[in-house]
Amino acid sequence: MIPRVGVVTFPGSLDDRDAARAVRIAGGEAVALWHGDDDLMKVDAVVLPGGFSYGDYLRCGAIARFAPVMHAIVDAAKGGLPVLGICNGFQILCESHLLPGALTRNDSLHFICRDQELRIEDTSSMWTADFEAGQEILIPLKNGEGGYVADEATLDMLEGEGRVIARYLGLNPNGSRRDIAGIRNERGNVVGLMPHPEHAVEDLTGPTTDGLPFFTSVLNSLVGAS
Amino acid sequence: MARVVVDVMLKPEILDPQGRAVQGALGRLGLTGVQDVRQGKQFIIDIEGTLEGDRYELMHTLAEELLSNPVIENYSMRVVDDEQ
Repeated sequence: MIPRVGVVTFPGSLDDRDAARAVRIAGGEAVALWHGDDDLMKVDAVVLPGGFSYGDYLRCGAIARFAPVMHAIVDAAKGGLPVLGICNGFQILCESHLLPGALTRNDSLHFICRDQELRIEDTSSMWTADFEAGQEILIPLKNGEGGYVADEATLDMLEGEGRVIARYLGLNPNGSRRDIAGIRNERGNVVGLMPHPEHAVEDLTGPTTDGLPFFTSVLNSLVGAS
Repeated sequence: MARVVVDVMLKPEILDPQGRAVQGALGRLGLTGVQDVRQGKQFIIDIEGTLEGDRYELMHTLAEELLSNPVIENYSMRVVDDEQ
């Protein structure tokens, strides 16, 4: 069985091609999904890629949340469909309330684009199972509104339940509370991550191939479950 | 015609780096004593007819769920120029 991983294209998505490529390099079949369709084409997992859906108008991800494809994805995610939101995809997951909290303007007000060190904090999610707990990785980061915020009770809950999946190492790039770079839902099928693993899957074009395990994790989880 | 005005502001506990940048600019341009600046959004929505009943409730819901993000923002809504 070769798992089918859908990659959604919204108007303004930028990284859908790289995400699809990462899926293929990891051994999956990438399936293009369109924002205006509510048909998920029987995919086994979904990636919401980075970019500027709907021009980031109103708030990042605020309009994408109401796209027909998102209605289908929200329902399916509640039923256990694995969903990874990267950067703008993470913002869409928060706006959709599949993940708690919100992403706000970088505290520096600058758009940050650099290779970023992270520590993988949780390997129980479907998207991080192939990492070792505490593993340090280097993948690209590029965002203007990547500061993760939530109230203290929510942050304590995320920490207490081991739902912070990755944390920034070194200088916090965007003012994220508690250096949070990514979180998961309670069940572990939905993950949001601000940095970009899909840009670090090949030696030729990435700083490392440290992003690849995000994609192999979900493929192995799906194959193991089938 | 009804005009609905929705103001959206970041919650007080959420850092507003844009407001802080504006605060810095005000000081550099000679305005002394600026204690704080918060930057928000205002939506002005003109709607046919009067805004009553279900439509009023829907407008409130959309102000909360679309125009603002209740995790980080508060909104206030008022109807002006409402011709009864």
